[in-house]
Amino acid sequence: MKNKDSYSASLRRQKILRGLVCAFFCALSLGPFLLLAVNATRDSKAIQAGITLIPSTHLLENWKNLLIKQNGMQITLQRAALNSLMITVPGTFCSVYFSSMTAYGVHVYNFKLKKLAWAFIMAVMMVPSQITIIGFYRFMLDLDLVDTYIPLIIPAIASPTVVFFMKQYMESTLSIEIIEASRIDGAGEFHTFNRIVLPILKPAVATQAIFQFIAQWNNLFTPSIMLTTDSKKTLPMFVQLLTSNQFRTDYGVVYVSLFVTIIPLVVAYLILSKYIVAGVALGGVKG
Amino acid sequence: MATKKRRKSVERGKYGYLFIAPFFITYLLFQLWPLINTFYYSTLSYYKRNGREIISFAGLENFADILGLTAGERPYVLIYLKNTLIMWGMNFIPQILVSLLMAAWLTNNKVKIRGTGAIKVIIYLPSIITAASVSVLFKAMFSQYGPITKTLRDIGIISENFDFMASVMGTRGLISFILFWMWFGNTSLMLISGVMGIDPGLFEAADIDGANGKKQFFYITLPLLKPILLYTLVTSAIGGLQMYDIPALFNVTETNLQGLPNDTSTTMAMYIMRLYNSNVGKAATVSVFLFAVTLAVSLVLFVSMGDKEAKKLKKAERRRRNEK
Repeated sequence: MKNKDSYSASLRRQKILRGLVCAFFCALSLGPFLLLAVNATRDSKAIQAGITLIPSTHLLENWKNLLIKQNGMQITLQRAALNSLMITVPGTFCSVYFSSMTAYGVHVYNFKLKKLAWAFIMAVMMVPSQITIIGFYRFMLDLDLVDTYIPLIIPAIASPTVVFFMKQYMESTLSIEIIEASRIDGAGEFHTFNRIVLPILKPAVATQAIFQFIAQWNNLFTPSIMLTTDSKKTLPMFVQLLTSNQFRTDYGVVYVSLFVTIIPLVVAYLILSKYIVAGVALGGVKG
Repeated sequence: MATKKRRKSVERGKYGYLFIAPFFITYLLFQLWPLINTFYYSTLSYYKRNGREIISFAGLENFADILGLTAGERPYVLIYLKNTLIMWGMNFIPQILVSLLMAAWLTNNKVKIRGTGAIKVIIYLPSIITAASVSVLFKAMFSQYGPITKTLRDIGIISENFDFMASVMGTRGLISFILFWMWFGNTSLMLISGVMGIDPGLFEAADIDGANGKKQFFYITLPLLKPILLYTLVTSAIGGLQMYDIPALFNVTETNLQGLPNDTSTTMAMYIMRLYNSNVGKAATVSVFLFAVTLAVSLVLFVSMGDKEAKKLKKAERRRRNEK
């Protein structure tokens, strides 16, 4: 009896300890966002005085200061966000649509080079863009495509990780019978893919679209090399400007700008978190 | 029936090529061709003078240059490789330990922690945020006059004139911390799904045999997690070698992307960025070097896993034969 008591007591102690450690890591994950939100509402002098969790009243003032600062600049935060959208939306579409198509081609059809094609996709899955960038840049220079969005959108058609994920999903959910039925109804192969198969793949498509959107939205390296005109710059490139001398001393403006770049992502994440967290283990992206 | 089916699929086989064509055309054009060209450019001396490019064949000169074998050249690429590895390692070791702890605790059925779902959502949050913004945010907080620096001074954790941005350990430590902060949630979720994939019968059997939580973790969870741990290590190492966004925006010189203090937080990708416009040959050489290191790292890790897998298969095969 006594033994049992001490066992449950140690269980309770364990529970409290583990709860505290988990709470600590949650606080660690959220802390910087809280400090960011609070600092976005304080004026530059107050920010320098140290950290606090009590919000102040200067949010609008900081935002207005940002707008004033942006006046003479070629690129504004709003414009940069719009530019990022113009790249990320078609880029995400390309990567998810054509990856589904590739995975479908390998999954459903039998052809001579099938095994080789799949081995190739698996082999190149982890080749990072930093390695090909010089040849890519020179190639785009030759094609006169530097400083356009094409080099940032079209290559997304070949996204090996997305292909891999889509094929895995097809293996578990897509039955050949459905495709056969569609063929018997006289539908062409591409019609079958677009109208019958894609809707079945919707959950996987949604998950991969979210991850691709995040990855492309956050990309800094390739756009930094490809885009030279200020007015074409993306949001992460705008963030880079915040470290330059013209912003460095205006802390309120820096924090409010970061606030505007980060908070929409946080909100979107919290809304979509169910799909995202479930999708991580299945083939999330990692930077 | 079987022959009929096969005939049918052969007939439609050409559609397979059509479906995979966009991927392969795009890949060959925008990835493979540039990769081949990068190798080619690495043998050229490619200078820009007065807006004109002067090109000549240089053989392995560029390699000698970046490795510091030429007189008067410092082995920049080795210095930057070392920087990169130090910052990656200081993030990865705590990251994998904390993630293992999280995976063990959040999947434990005996000591249930409340709000597991919420914990997962919260710790994953940092990894979706733009690395550029995160880096600038931490820089703003920890700079010489930043609010966290000020508070740490006020409560006496750091001395009155300590400056993270002037200290090698301070800057590298913070970059590693940002990486850790961004990625430990992601790794935790990967490992959690790995633990959940383990046959629960194994834990039940261990319970009946009287193995405690610690023993179960070290003798069941950890060995069975090995493939996922290795995968995490490989992806993190490859990603780490390409490290750019965070160090490039954290503590750098205003003009030429040198990681302060004194070039100790410059990574290889930053070096490529610094050179790509002014010295194509050298930049391509750094890319080739990065490619070689990346390939070596992933090969070593995969071969070590492949060997074990092969051994396991052989063992299973032998057992099956013995049973017969």
